[in-house]
Amino acid sequence: MDLVPVRRYSGGMSATLLTNARLIDPVAGTDTLGDLRIEGGRITAPGPALDVIDCKGKCLAPGIVDLGVKVGEPGERHKESFRTAGAAAARGGVTTMVCRPDTIPVIDSPEMLQHARSRAAEACVNVLHMSALTRSRAGREMVEIGFLRDAGAVAFTDGTHVVTDTKVLSRCMVYARSLGALVIGHPQDPGLSSGACVTSGKFASLRGLPGVSPLAERMGIERDLALAAATGVAYHLDQVTVAAALPALRRAKAEGVDVTAGTSIHHLTLNVLDVADYRTFFKVTPPLRDEEDRLAVVEALADGTIDIISSMHTPQDEESKRLPFEEAAPGAVGLETLLPAAMRLVHAGHIDLPTLWRALSTNPARRLGLAAGTLAEGAPADLVLFDPDAPFVLNRFKLASKSKNTPFDGARMEGRVIGTWVGGVRVFDREDAV
Amino acid sequence: MQCDGKVTRSPLIDATADGMKPDMFTQRHLLGIEPLHPVEITALLDRADHYAEATRAGHKHGDALAGLTQINMFFEASTRTQASFEIAGKRLGADVMNMAMQASSLKKGETLIDTALTLNAMRPDLLVVRHPHSGAVNLLADKVNCAVLNAGDGKHEHPTQALLDALTIRRAKGRLHRLTIAICGDIAHSRVARSNLILLGKMENRVRLVGPPTLMPSGIAEFGVEVTDNMEEGLKGADVVMMLRLQKERMDGGFIPSEREYYHRFGLDAAKLAHANPDAIVMHPGPMNRGVEIDGTLADDINRSVIQEQVEMGVAVRMAAMDLLAQNLRATA
Repeated sequence: MDLVPVRRYSGGMSATLLTNARLIDPVAGTDTLGDLRIEGGRITAPGPALDVIDCKGKCLAPGIVDLGVKVGEPGERHKESFRTAGAAAARGGVTTMVCRPDTIPVIDSPEMLQHARSRAAEACVNVLHMSALTRSRAGREMVEIGFLRDAGAVAFTDGTHVVTDTKVLSRCMVYARSLGALVIGHPQDPGLSSGACVTSGKFASLRGLPGVSPLAERMGIERDLALAAATGVAYHLDQVTVAAALPALRRAKAEGVDVTAGTSIHHLTLNVLDVADYRTFFKVTPPLRDEEDRLAVVEALADGTIDIISSMHTPQDEESKRLPFEEAAPGAVGLETLLPAAMRLVHAGHIDLPTLWRALSTNPARRLGLAAGTLAEGAPADLVLFDPDAPFVLNRFKLASKSKNTPFDGARMEGRVIGTWVGGVRVFDREDAV
Repeated sequence: MQCDGKVTRSPLIDATADGMKPDMFTQRHLLGIEPLHPVEITALLDRADHYAEATRAGHKHGDALAGLTQINMFFEASTRTQASFEIAGKRLGADVMNMAMQASSLKKGETLIDTALTLNAMRPDLLVVRHPHSGAVNLLADKVNCAVLNAGDGKHEHPTQALLDALTIRRAKGRLHRLTIAICGDIAHSRVARSNLILLGKMENRVRLVGPPTLMPSGIAEFGVEVTDNMEEGLKGADVVMMLRLQKERMDGGFIPSEREYYHRFGLDAAKLAHANPDAIVMHPGPMNRGVEIDGTLADDINRSVIQEQVEMGVAVRMAAMDLLAQNLRATA
């Protein structure tokens, strides 16, 4: 079984007509039966085509734009390569991976970015790159934001390394603002959260694990939003995961601050109790939260306070995880499980499909200035065809990622990708996959 | 301090209601107090009581563990717990081996699981493990065929300490239910406090935690215990006063202003103890910081302090735990 799909070039002129599809249009907010035609890599008005695919009433939606994917290149290719990450993305309906710069070494120069871009050609989906905001993510000197933008960096972030020096951060923001560059931050007070590996509370105390209060996130957000408002920079909070952080976010949005917020699929679908008996596959950054916080974040997603869902795909090999909880590496793979996990929110009645797809596709595309994320005519034919109800039990060893560290191993899930198209080219077909 | 030797049982703990038989002990490992049923705790304490009496009567050699190999694997320095487990094993006829793991293969980069698998291949029957990280003993128990006893993991549990405390209380008070027990000091960093409050709660006691708020674990309000930062209030009407070591090595800094202020507010002395019941006993898991959490004279007062008896009961409880686990091991072999 070849896990890596190959792009099938169908020739420039031939068109494909997808008929009898349940079209999920996040821009129009509609969920209707219809046809969709692809030609020249773009979506066109329905019309005749040589190649006709009957979608049998299954859902057809814009492909997922996943903001914040970690690929192990450079430095940790044994954990994930662009090729395997691309395969996982295709199988998960992710048509654009926006990759994190927290590699070894850090992507903080145009040359490093150029290297990553050349490697990324091995992925069968679109790959975009982010750059670090400060050199080596050390929080002291800003990177060459102008050169890096020219070299293709779509956003600037130090990932989970919080820039603690507010003067450095405010200068980075002012400079980025002048170039119209998007800055992404990880809202967290690093003093409060240092050494912690779970959310504080009864569970942390019973397990004897060092905990961090949700307050640390709120403090991080309030600081970042004050700076973002003052500098006018386009700012995105990578993961908002606690109820206590939401009032500040709502207030800033109401005041017109140019801010968007994301959250991870794991914080939307799991809570701190899932860690149970020290299960290290459930160790993520920030740590999983209480159920009340999870529900508040789901609600904030449904009402648009939180804009973007990411997989926060973080491959870790078995050796990094088979350790005592405090020593184990944080992070979980998520490219392939993002869609079925997100369908839990739909099946639970929290959110409808078009609203969900705004967070998975339209909003991240818009934030990055991409033409994707819509079914409109002329948009890139980045599409996912999926059965929203197909049940299955996840087997982590069948994931296409090199690393198998998913918290959903053995979980019953509903929602399966049938096919994925990138630029009109079919990169995944469930019938091909064994 | 000894009561007449008769033990009353809690009427609330009913073995048959939970499908248990009296004296039942079903565990494969002793990883914590959390998995234990009150009936199992009682069974273990009864057995330990038997061993305590036998030892006092001069019977210091049994054969319950004859032919079994016991490995004490301590990834964290320990004198008293390791010695206690070693004596317990030897008194029951086990072949005991001590491994000081700080100096061992971990320094060479071997992972905990590999160390466990290596030891497992030597076919031990009882593995006694102490580790600085919470949950490390659970992780190890998943990978081996023998019975694993947790001798303390991080800030998680220290089950044999809670059991020996329970036995000491039961022998002094004649019961292990409906007592008011104040646990005082550094609760946040203490696995002893964790295991004790779980055990005492399971056995239907009223537990009070006393200490500065900076040394209280998070979420403590949900534990079903009373919490106070006032020693007089916390000790009022207490039958048992359990002091904890102020773990200086775990203090990252800044939890308390100074040792002397701590002693003034939270150190146990005769004046503070006067608020407890007149027959209240004083306990400490050791090693003690005299003049920090407890007054030296009080610690040595044989009319109030049962600290030496705790050490004695430690051996008996560990004999009982290994005996019961070995029985289960043989039954499944």
